[in-house]
Amino acid sequence: MSALLELVDLHVWFELDGGRELHAVRGVSLSIERGERLGLVGESGCGKTTTALSILGLLPPNASVSGRVLLDGVDVLAGGEETIRQRRWVDVAIVFQGAMNALNPVRTIGSQIVEALELHQLAKGAAARRRAAELLEQVGIPGDRAERFPHELSGGMRQRAAIAMALSCNPRVLIADEPTTALDVMVQAQILELLDALSRDFGLALILVTHDLPVVAQLCDRGAVMYAGEIVETAGVEALYHTPRHPYTRLLFAATPDLDGARSDIASIPGAPPRLDRPLQGCPFLPRCDSAFAPCATLRPELRVVGDAHAAACHLNGVPALTEA
Amino acid sequence: MSENGHRPVLEVEDLVVRYPVARGLVGTVLGRPRRAVHAVEGVTVRVRAGELVALVGESGCGKTTTAQAVLRMVEPDGGTIRFEGRDITKLGVRELRPLRRRIQMVYQDPYESLDPRLRVRATVEEPLVIHGLGGSKREREQLVRDALERVELAPAELYLDRFPHELSGGQRQRVAIAAAIVLEPRLLVADEPVSMLDVSVRAGVLQLFDRLREGGLGLLMITHDLSTAARFADRIAVMYLGRIVEEGPASEVIANAQHPYTKALLSVVPRRDPRERTRPQILRGETPDAVRIPPGCRFHPRCPIAIAECREVDPELTRPAAARSPAQRAACIRV
Repeated sequence: MSALLELVDLHVWFELDGGRELHAVRGVSLSIERGERLGLVGESGCGKTTTALSILGLLPPNASVSGRVLLDGVDVLAGGEETIRQRRWVDVAIVFQGAMNALNPVRTIGSQIVEALELHQLAKGAAARRRAAELLEQVGIPGDRAERFPHELSGGMRQRAAIAMALSCNPRVLIADEPTTALDVMVQAQILELLDALSRDFGLALILVTHDLPVVAQLCDRGAVMYAGEIVETAGVEALYHTPRHPYTRLLFAATPDLDGARSDIASIPGAPPRLDRPLQGCPFLPRCDSAFAPCATLRPELRVVGDAHAAACHLNGVPALTEA
Repeated sequence: MSENGHRPVLEVEDLVVRYPVARGLVGTVLGRPRRAVHAVEGVTVRVRAGELVALVGESGCGKTTTAQAVLRMVEPDGGTIRFEGRDITKLGVRELRPLRRRIQMVYQDPYESLDPRLRVRATVEEPLVIHGLGGSKREREQLVRDALERVELAPAELYLDRFPHELSGGQRQRVAIAAAIVLEPRLLVADEPVSMLDVSVRAGVLQLFDRLREGGLGLLMITHDLSTAARFADRIAVMYLGRIVEEGPASEVIANAQHPYTKALLSVVPRRDPRERTRPQILRGETPDAVRIPPGCRFHPRCPIAIAECREVDPELTRPAAARSPAQRAACIRV
């Protein structure tokens, strides 16, 4: 049985001015099953959005990609741009932060969904309009708002409209890139509730790309923590919080204020992530790590299984024999 | 004088700020009544020396307008603003100037608030030059170095000659704070000071506020993030549609919230621990716009415990029956 969506050893390079190369994604492998909610979490520049965009073939022209993106076991990257385009929206759809760039400002939201349905030959005319109304209702937009333009809607309603657009081709995977970052906390709760219901009711697999660990902890089944272009730890969200096996995961949670931690100490992580336009030696987290020891300077830790559905890339979980290095 | 001996640096009383809504040509010709956005409707807030007060709420609740009025960047339509005991509500530009250095501001976006062409030295020195402070060039240089070291950009030599683009987001925000505290203000107004920063560096900037506060600075922090307010504020004031609906010691407002709006807000804050999945009490719909304020209690259309009377009575901030602290107040007739 192959996974619904699987990334195998994905690398992305960006060519920069002056011939330099930025190695933004460095060997990311992950898989997601039907109905599963995966949080891809990390700080700015960690490669989480680049990873998400590469699944849809939406990277800018100066990017080059290697590795495999498998949908039902079929490599969509191997077929080139044409295969990706066929699969985009149909199998995998994406919504972005702010939602404005996904919507055409001069068309009503209803007509945009009708257009998407007709373009993909899923419905025509009256049937398409009925389906559009249905989709809008599914995401909690009252029918009478279908005739509104994007700028006439609030931020939360726009994000709902973008989700309705993304759902128009019945995708099996929905990627949500910081879907609630620009929204107020109450509207954020409404959108997270909607994503939760969509994955429960329709078996939609969800990849939530975010910097916000608590949002992942609340919405997702599993989290994959990215640092410097790599997944450094992946586990069920409870294990991630209660028994992290990578110091970065532990320190990131410790840097995040929590309501109950009212007077508990939170601590920032000193230093900054490494530059990705140069080769890295040893563990990329080493300069900021509070638990580093000798092997970390020379050996790059691989993502290894450390428990049930739990993997981490840290030598604290065992240093490989030198022959493996 | 308060019970703990700390003087109030800022006392805002019954602040009202309204923005006129453009009627448009048609509206003007037809003589439609002028309408106004009731951005702030009777806000009272006080900040003492050495205290961090968090003004919390969703966008459009009036928290930023309140901050701007304190800085006299918008003109109040009512109420008074006292700074160190002196009424500054009506002061003119000339009279305000000497006060400006005592009330400083830190903005949300350190990428926009710093001039990209200025080195760190010039950015931090500029306020001194503008206010004609700091004496000689050499003395100013020393003040700049001191300010940088107080914001933990130390040793200062490492940072003095850098441009903003050579700094991380957290370092930029520290430079912005250095440029504010170099004038030795008594009050710092910080509008969402860490929301643009990466999670791993936010705590460092907030702990810096902790230390500045211990040095006697009064801080008014505008934030939408209750978790941050819970950890760093001494007092929290929750705003909804231009009003403070609940206020009190931070620990009480978080652990023993009384107003239904505060309770709802707290229930939807995502928690770090997945086992603490609370049952979020999600309010339906959106905050009504501040042009059409609902009659009675402005929260009643979305309130889960509203009764008929709530449509008539505009509740005052009073001590709720279940409050443990005498300093806790909520504007709700049902508590």
